[in-house]
Amino acid sequence: MKKRTVFFIIYMILLMLPIYWMLNMSLRTNADILGSFSLYPKNITFANYMKIFTDSSWYNGYINSIIYVTLNTMISLVAALPAAYAFSRYNFIGDKHLFFWLLTNRMAPAAVFLLPFFQLYSTFGLIDTHIAVAMAHCLFNVPLAVWILEGFMSAVPREIDETAFIDGYKFPRFFLTIFVPLIRSGIGVTAFFCFMFSWVELLLARTLTTTDAKPIAATMTRTVSATGLDWGLLAAAGILTIVPGALVIWFVRNNLAKGFAMGRV
Amino acid sequence: MAKITLDNVAHSYIANPRDETDYALRLIDNIWDDGGAYALLGPSGCGKTTLLNIISGLLTPSKGRVLYDGKDVTDLPPEKRNIAQVFQFPVLYDTMTVFDNLAFPLKNRGFNKEDIKTRVLEVAQILDLTKSLNQKAARLSADAKQKISLGRGLVRSDVAAILFDEPLTVIDPHLKWQLRCKLKEVHEQLKLTLLYVTHDQVEALTFADQVIVMYEGEIVQIGTPQELFENPSHKFVGYFIGSPGMNFIPCKIDGNKAMVNGAGIELDDTTASMANKASENLELGIRPLYLQVHAKEVENSVRASVKTIEDQGNFKIVTVHLSGHILRARLPEGKPTPSENAWLKFPKDWIRLFHNEKLLTHK
Amino acid sequence: MDKWKDNKAWFLVLPVFILVAFSAIIPLMTVVNYSLQDIFGPGQRVFVGTEWFQEVLSDKRLHDALWRQFLFSGLVLLIEMPLGILIALMMPKKGWAASVSLVLIALPLLIPWNVIGTIWIIFTRPDIGLFGAAINSLGTAFDHTARSSDAWITLMLMEVWHWTPLVVLLAYAGLRAIPEAYFQAAKIDGASTWATFWYIQLPKMRGVLTIALLLRFMDSFLIYAEPFVLTGGGPGNATTFLSIYLVKIAVGQFDLGPAAAFSLVYFLIILLFSWLFYQVLQNVGKGEKA
Repeated sequence: MKKRTVFFIIYMILLMLPIYWMLNMSLRTNADILGSFSLYPKNITFANYMKIFTDSSWYNGYINSIIYVTLNTMISLVAALPAAYAFSRYNFIGDKHLFFWLLTNRMAPAAVFLLPFFQLYSTFGLIDTHIAVAMAHCLFNVPLAVWILEGFMSAVPREIDETAFIDGYKFPRFFLTIFVPLIRSGIGVTAFFCFMFSWVELLLARTLTTTDAKPIAATMTRTVSATGLDWGLLAAAGILTIVPGALVIWFVRNNLAKGFAMGRV
Repeated sequence: MAKITLDNVAHSYIANPRDETDYALRLIDNIWDDGGAYALLGPSGCGKTTLLNIISGLLTPSKGRVLYDGKDVTDLPPEKRNIAQVFQFPVLYDTMTVFDNLAFPLKNRGFNKEDIKTRVLEVAQILDLTKSLNQKAARLSADAKQKISLGRGLVRSDVAAILFDEPLTVIDPHLKWQLRCKLKEVHEQLKLTLLYVTHDQVEALTFADQVIVMYEGEIVQIGTPQELFENPSHKFVGYFIGSPGMNFIPCKIDGNKAMVNGAGIELDDTTASMANKASENLELGIRPLYLQVHAKEVENSVRASVKTIEDQGNFKIVTVHLSGHILRARLPEGKPTPSENAWLKFPKDWIRLFHNEKLLTHK
Repeated sequence: MDKWKDNKAWFLVLPVFILVAFSAIIPLMTVVNYSLQDIFGPGQRVFVGTEWFQEVLSDKRLHDALWRQFLFSGLVLLIEMPLGILIALMMPKKGWAASVSLVLIALPLLIPWNVIGTIWIIFTRPDIGLFGAAINSLGTAFDHTARSSDAWITLMLMEVWHWTPLVVLLAYAGLRAIPEAYFQAAKIDGASTWATFWYIQLPKMRGVLTIALLLRFMDSFLIYAEPFVLTGGGPGNATTFLSIYLVKIAVGQFDLGPAAAFSLVYFLIILLFSWLFYQVLQNVGKGEKA
């Protein structure tokens, strides 16, 4: 075996260790985990998983997260597609400033902004709704989506647009029937990144929800404090938080490479 | 500079090829002379790029050997073969200046600074790049970039051959001609072996002394542009070379006449005697340039109906029906064109007969 | 090729502008407003000018947290960027091995941040955690709750484990997008592996590496949940980063004015550095040699 393969396999093993440990814990009872060190679960139990699947306060967390993350991914993509097209094809007043301003929205420290956020969304009566979290996450996902999509779009030759316009296509039809299919792979990759960042964000999601739209990450912290740290249950919940994102990246894995590196920046 | 020998080379991208169709390159056995300018011509997927990569060493053939000047290089990697390659899209080291780009192959081989400088300046002179030597390569136009790619090959005085893989694809049409002239000039000046892959017959015919026509993984003909035009050894070459391609009509032989659904076309004696030996699957071929179209009946002509006439500027393309077959003729400007009925005359000298798609020859 | 000049393109950007501005501008204005006032309760506010800013800027503990933060982000970038590129170079290029490694590498990114901290608490416990047990079996009494160097090592390990995959994914995508002809040309030119990396792969990855670097800089500079859960900022103040200190002021002491001023300074620092990185990376390798 080549040296690089050996290094890579070692890295992969190290990378998987914490996740393996989480899996290991999720298959043991809390007493077992705290009682003894064990490299693998000696008495495998699925009780932790059963609790999550049967207790509505648990599985609703997943449903809520999936709803607002999906909403956010869709909103981000729909808004970012035309904007990314504009950045990749046109020079317009303030384009560079606007592009960088969009990015600055990832840079605000959340803690103090939470209160005005809460007030703002209260004013519109959006507290504890999925749409509120989805909208709030647009703050950091839309700029990212614009950024990534712009790269993919710049890799598409502009002759395609020109030909279509000469052939009499109006912009919306050209965009939806010709252009969007061309950058399918870019959309897949962008969807993964939006999904990921929205899925793991906690502060905004927790601030804007109370019960009806409470995300799984918040459910986990709450349950932890109430039951005095049930590690097995927490680990099982952790394992389950990986699953949706893993599915998403499985679907986009082959597109990850295409045209990514060709854009601006 | 080198003579390149391909000794029974075949290549398959599949690990365990079973039959012929698994091979991208079926069987090539050929010798290319030192200092020649060769063009590899064929449609996409005919195996020409595969062959090029075998010669450059980017691919190792599944079977056979590659020799440079009689020395077996089959297992040598590209950098040991002293070849240079210019790719379809300009491949440059974007962060380097033009000078550093040209010097790169020499630096990698440990030449000293003075030699590198002298050599790079020489090559820049030949390629008219002297002025942009200090510019970043990334900023230049596509044709200048291709010249740099070529230059990276030329800087090595020991270079055995320069390979071109459709190098003019991304060049503006009006610059293509200039760059092609530059290539010819470089070839004449340096007497290098050049191998030029293209699917564009005009490029191939104007560039090369010898054109190698490939089709489905095989070489169908090697010849000068004139030979390919006048005596295509295979129907494919007839189609592929010339615009429009050669006309083909199935025929039967009756004495010294080729019969096309009752219409007789007169042949010369040698052609007729060859034809009489091969009975089945005969086709008559004639270049549109040589097919005569008359408005009135002339001696030894057959009647056909005119379908369309396209004006191409300094000549016209006439499409006619001859008992169910479509033929095209190229008429010089100024010649009267028939409107409905036409009489076709097939000059004996330019009639070629094909048996099972292959040209009938004396042997 | 130059882009088309057309200000009507603004219409295409408008949805994004409105969407982001809705969530961005009003909260920002509110925070600016807080930072200039003393708030005693609803309706009881006094305009204090730049007093909070002066207080914040002369706060010794804030300075300490800021240097800690720079050290942390600096280390993060120094470790994660080269490591991420290296892993991406070693990754399988195609087939099932590529697919599986891609998915596995992405896994740490998909775990909510607070959960990451919690998992690492157990993972590093000397009695029942794999990492803790392993390192203690080497004979050192490793304890991240007691010794600040241990806390830093644990945090860095967690951070590198958690976020290097982001760099790997982006770098891998960048590498796969390089046309094969570049590598063929490099072979023919006799370039070494190192020269190929330095003159082809690295320049071609510039775009994705800029994204990776900026994202890693911003997120590591804003890090909160993971160290808060794992170390709570301790031992002492050893891992009290800016965000943790900020939350202490905003929530712990309920000093909204200074906290707001602090946030704005914090925001401006990130903005300044991101802008610098962005400018440098945009121009590196693009400029004309004199």
